[in-house]
Amino acid sequence: MEFPKDLKYTKEHEWVKVEGKIATIGITDYAQDSLGDVVYVELPPEGGSVTKHEPFGVVESVKAVSDLYSPVSGSVTEVNDAIIDSPEAINEDPYGDAWMIKVEIAGQSELDDLLTADEYQKFIEEEK
Amino acid sequence: MPYIPHTEEDIGKILEAAGASSIDDALSALPANLRSRKPLDVPAGLSEQELLGHLKQLGSRNSTVEDYSSFLGGGAYNHYIPAIVDSLISRSEFYTSYTPYQPELSQGTLQAIFEYQTLVCQLTGMDVSNASLYDGATAVAEAVLMARRITGRNGIVLSAALHPEYRDTVRTYLSGTGDHLSEAAFSAGTGTTLAETIENAIDGDTACVVVQHPNFFGCIEDVGALAEIVHKKGALLIVAVSEAVSLGLLKPPGEMGADIAVGENQSFGNPLSYGGPYLGFMATRTEFVRQMPGRIVGQTVDKNGRRAFCLTFSTREQHIRRERATSNICTNHGLSALAASIHLAALGGVGLKRLAGLNLSKAEYLKKKLVEAGAEPAWSVPTFNEFTVKVRKDPEEVLEKLLLKKIIGGIPLKRFYPALDRHILVAATEMNSKEEIDRFASELKSV
Repeated sequence: MEFPKDLKYTKEHEWVKVEGKIATIGITDYAQDSLGDVVYVELPPEGGSVTKHEPFGVVESVKAVSDLYSPVSGSVTEVNDAIIDSPEAINEDPYGDAWMIKVEIAGQSELDDLLTADEYQKFIEEEK
Repeated sequence: MPYIPHTEEDIGKILEAAGASSIDDALSALPANLRSRKPLDVPAGLSEQELLGHLKQLGSRNSTVEDYSSFLGGGAYNHYIPAIVDSLISRSEFYTSYTPYQPELSQGTLQAIFEYQTLVCQLTGMDVSNASLYDGATAVAEAVLMARRITGRNGIVLSAALHPEYRDTVRTYLSGTGDHLSEAAFSAGTGTTLAETIENAIDGDTACVVVQHPNFFGCIEDVGALAEIVHKKGALLIVAVSEAVSLGLLKPPGEMGADIAVGENQSFGNPLSYGGPYLGFMATRTEFVRQMPGRIVGQTVDKNGRRAFCLTFSTREQHIRRERATSNICTNHGLSALAASIHLAALGGVGLKRLAGLNLSKAEYLKKKLVEAGAEPAWSVPTFNEFTVKVRKDPEEVLEKLLLKKIIGGIPLKRFYPALDRHILVAATEMNSKEEIDRFASELKSV
């Protein structure tokens, strides 16, 4: 189970990589492992907007469906269409190839309550 | 557990175990003012012989299509049901089957549904079908909700030539969702949906347009032309079919640009049965399968590579997705669907074409005879096994008189369309003999 230190995390099991004003968002290694084989993903359109704590998409595995909750508010600048055609990438490389969307962050305060890798790891230990 | 009511001894044991001295004592938690003190008003039991006699007597008060010459259609059609249908659906494996959640225990049920889905795809020219819905009306309503989910738009345009009760059902489904419903008038000159009213009714928020083919008046619609208009504006086209036998002759909805094909499969293997249970069908394109309501059975292989069937795309359904499910309908009309499958399999492709041809020629003959008897065809467009005629006198009165001659002459349309106050919707199927049709025409003449 990997938790890269350079990322931020949420309690809904999304990760965020912040580069300037742009946040790249995906789901964590723990999330993909809990879901099992991912068969389908639904993402918002490019140019759409996402709201912090609100669903921005859906990920479906052979046994469950989960909403994807946005860690930040802002407008969607890029969508990873490649994973729509090959959702199995979410199981194979959740922090790399299987990033989901890029968002232009509405304001820096959006990032205040995100968890560090250590905090997130501790959180899922308690969850189990 | 046998279904035998408790003996005094049983009751004594139960009360003892519950620590109560009497039934009243056991129920003492219920406030006295809420409890009925009267004995239940249920008549005494009957012996099997008495009960059969009683049911026969009740049954004899019904008038059926066996006692009358019926020319009724309007969404329910009198077709012959081959003996093989009842014989096979009476197998207890089928009629006592439970929801096939456990594929290892339900291969037979699952395969039967899969075969039904295959037949519906072949009939409609679509990619995927669900395991069936309640009836034609709810299938249309579910399709409308599905179109909303797919497009993210709210507006619904219904052709006024769509079955009035289908339209009412859509209205019921949409009540509480802000409605966004409009109706597009049909042409008084042709009895078909007016392309320009459809075009004008569609705006940037229109999710779908629903047309019936053949429409409620029996008329063949130009679905291809309507599809073009609808798609140009980014909406979906839903084609409803209330007489599925027509698919034996007409081009399937999938070949004419329908995005969702829905309707009523009662015509195959299911009796008129006083209005139900009927059999709704729904089929669509592969790309929309995740938004389809209801059950879907898929074909796969087990770990040894052997063919197997299972419920698939189940994550759309409420036992997994709760409030985000595509629909609160998660069941299907399994036995009715099986009856339809058996009937269709018995007919085969050639048989279905012949059956449809027979329906068409009977209806055309009836049309000719009614015109000779003084009725007037309401419109001149092609029809399948149902059509609308104008009569010279009050239709209610005409039909009443025909009824005295043991002829159920059709449906007066004034109830649904006030402007069509001289119009009767008439249907003929393979069940109407030439003699019957001739008698209908001659009685109409004398009315």
